[in-house]
Amino acid sequence: MLPPQKSTLAEGTDALFHFINITSVILLIGITIAIVYFSWKYRRRSDNDITPVITHNSKLEITWSVIPLILVMIVFGWGLTGYVNLSNAPDDAYEIRVVAKSWLWEFHYDTGFVSVNELHVPANRPVKLVMSSDDVLHSFYIPDFRIKADVLPNRYSSVWFEAIEPGESVIFCTEYCGTAHSNMMANTFVHTQEEFETWLITAGSADDDMDPVELGEQLVTRNACTTCHSADGTTLQGPSYQGLWGAERTMESGETLTADENYIRESILEPNAKISQGYQPVMPSYSGSLNDRQIDAIIEYIKTLQ
Amino acid sequence: MATKEATTSVKKLQVKRFKPDENPEKHYLNQETGIWAWMTTVDHKKIGLMYLASITFFFFIGGMLALLLRTELLSPARSFMDANVYNQVFTLHGAIMIFFFLIPSVPAALGNFILPLQLGAKDVAFPRLNLASYYIYVIGALFTIFAIFTGGVDTGWTFYTPYSVTTSGNVMAMTFGVFILGFSSILTGLNFIVTIHKLRSPGLSWNKLPLNLWGLYATSLIQILATPVLAITLLLLTMERALGIGIFDPNLGGDPVLYQHFFWFYSHPAVYIMIVPGFGIISEVISTFSRKVIFGYWAIALSSLAIAFIGFLVWGHHMFTAGQSPLANMVFSFLTFLVGIPTGIKIFNWLATMYKGSIDLKTPMLYAMVFLFLFTIGGFTGIMLGALSVDIHLHDTYYVVAHFHYVMMGGMVMAFLAGLHYWWPKMFGKMYNEFLGRITCGIIFVGFNMTFLPQFVMGAQGMPRRYFNYIDQFQPFHQLSTIGAYVMGVGFFIMAGYLLHSLLKGKSSGSNPWGSRSLEWQTPSPVPLHNFEYTPVIINGPYDYHKPMSEFQLGIATPHNGHDHHAGEQTNVSETEKEQA
Repeated sequence: MLPPQKSTLAEGTDALFHFINITSVILLIGITIAIVYFSWKYRRRSDNDITPVITHNSKLEITWSVIPLILVMIVFGWGLTGYVNLSNAPDDAYEIRVVAKSWLWEFHYDTGFVSVNELHVPANRPVKLVMSSDDVLHSFYIPDFRIKADVLPNRYSSVWFEAIEPGESVIFCTEYCGTAHSNMMANTFVHTQEEFETWLITAGSADDDMDPVELGEQLVTRNACTTCHSADGTTLQGPSYQGLWGAERTMESGETLTADENYIRESILEPNAKISQGYQPVMPSYSGSLNDRQIDAIIEYIKTLQ
Repeated sequence: MATKEATTSVKKLQVKRFKPDENPEKHYLNQETGIWAWMTTVDHKKIGLMYLASITFFFFIGGMLALLLRTELLSPARSFMDANVYNQVFTLHGAIMIFFFLIPSVPAALGNFILPLQLGAKDVAFPRLNLASYYIYVIGALFTIFAIFTGGVDTGWTFYTPYSVTTSGNVMAMTFGVFILGFSSILTGLNFIVTIHKLRSPGLSWNKLPLNLWGLYATSLIQILATPVLAITLLLLTMERALGIGIFDPNLGGDPVLYQHFFWFYSHPAVYIMIVPGFGIISEVISTFSRKVIFGYWAIALSSLAIAFIGFLVWGHHMFTAGQSPLANMVFSFLTFLVGIPTGIKIFNWLATMYKGSIDLKTPMLYAMVFLFLFTIGGFTGIMLGALSVDIHLHDTYYVVAHFHYVMMGGMVMAFLAGLHYWWPKMFGKMYNEFLGRITCGIIFVGFNMTFLPQFVMGAQGMPRRYFNYIDQFQPFHQLSTIGAYVMGVGFFIMAGYLLHSLLKGKSSGSNPWGSRSLEWQTPSPVPLHNFEYTPVIINGPYDYHKPMSEFQLGIATPHNGHDHHAGEQTNVSETEKEQA
């Protein structure tokens, strides 16, 4: 019933889950049998049935109050222990900054590299995510790791985990955050320690020898631009890239302009300065996460989509 | 008789038996008719029916919205509505079902009708206020409908900040509608409390109060104490949105978690506003159809009050992942488990009531059993969500959605349906088709489990709630769930059919088709305009099935309701009633 256990703490959470499930099913079966059995055994035989007067029974009532009380106290203690483990990251945990924006996840590593919607972590090493939001509430959830925490705009929250083995795990946003809430997904890539270190060094420089159009196409996917902007004319949360280049655009303010380099650049760095007619001012700024060369590449890519 | 002397120690009453008329010529439905008479009526029964019609309308709307949602979710990607429409539809489904159906369903609709009858009163304590409550409800509803047609609302029924402050759409009209609605709830609660305190018939002491009234009493307390907090919260939200005063929005220096505290401080007790009156109905139905004295009267009565009280202290369990302190999480988790105990006690008491009873599986009793089964599942999964470490995994997934529906629909709606079928003959003097009633109960039971059991599984696997798109692995569960929802929809349409048929062509039910001992059944069906043609006198508890029916149909024998000149009259009740019976 539960997803695979891919973090060290998943097993503890699952054990309690199964304990509650099994206890509940046993009690539920008992109650159901009592309902069905009583309905049959004591079914009405005539309209003049006489029933005994049983108003209460203190021993019975104390029993069925105390036993559930003991059971729930076990569950409480067990759940609390697990929660304490989930909330206290080990001191030597590797720290990654997470920034949530409507509707993407940014992961900032200690080298200064930023990945969007891709979380890369080493296996068998505690990782602590320090998270904040740029706009509304989001919630960071990796089912395989059994971790979740709301991401807030005015304070930091954190989660930690230790992945057991290399592999991939999906990340969901679980706090409703508007139109593309259900598209605010990301992936966790768990590497071995060496692979992770190699990735961290090369990640930033891998794009160097790519031609601009190809790079631009990769960047709009990697930076989650495609969550809201299509390349085929479909209208999503934002205008499509297709036919954008050089077109006459009408803004919400009523002014018209031509979609040129400066317009696209401004739309990436200060998205809410000019809003195309019919759209909402919801795009987060990419200032600081995309450099000039990357912006050039995206512009080159958009030019090809006529 | 000891009871009688204890309760009327000051003056002795002369009583006689009043047998209810089986085919009353005049009753509340054929007196004071006409639209204007209905609209200005202060009769609690007509107001109850007007509420019943209104909540049925909203249940229909909310239900259709649910079917739309389930249809869209048949496939992982977009099928026939886009994300923004979907978000508005799930918001409306939640807001309508909770604020316009569940909260007024039992207290305002069934409660209004039954409460004075069970007290032997002519009406509630403040009949005009009661009518005002109804119109406040209508005005609140109009604001909500206005909001839907002027931009819609896509915040979820929880209106979490800062999203609700920044999104477009008419959040203000919607919250204003809910704000107004709250007053209706508060005034109804106030009315009920005063009525239960002041308008009980002679002899109706607190230990003879029907458990339905204990349920309504506990509910009314919560309504009065919790609803103002919702009003304050929505007012603050409106101030923030309209005037830019920073309370919850971090951009203005506010704190979004504060909003959640405020919101759940109302909304957690509110789920008890929704479920506690259901407990009352189940107690009545199980005792009546087992024809047996209720087991553990005080345990059931006081556990309702205990739930009402502890229910105020558990709101934080909605926020285990929201960023409140670990200490707060621990305390809220602990208190959450405590609130489970009185709920469990009730389940066992109801089972014990059935033991050695004379059980008649009529439609209301079937719904009561469905309630026992589904609500127990709702309770157990609540224990699951109360456990801190497990909740971290399950929070904001479909597991929560399924749990909530098991408690609210499996619990409250089933209790409501039990009550509706139980009191239907009292309301209209007509019977519905018993066979169709039982079949429909079966269809709804199957459809319900088909809809929501798969949601537990996909929630445990990590499917987040409020998702327009989802990843492919969840599709089989969503499809099963959708088919279940259709089955349930069919069930409700059949119910609408046989209930309408009953209204138009139903067989006369007689005054007391279930052989109940409770006071509301000792007057004709449909009920006379002023409920009782005499002042009832109560000497037995409402579940004393071991005593003859004649002892439950007593009223003051003298005209003028015994107000004059009989101090010093000495009448032995049991002798009198023997003579009359």
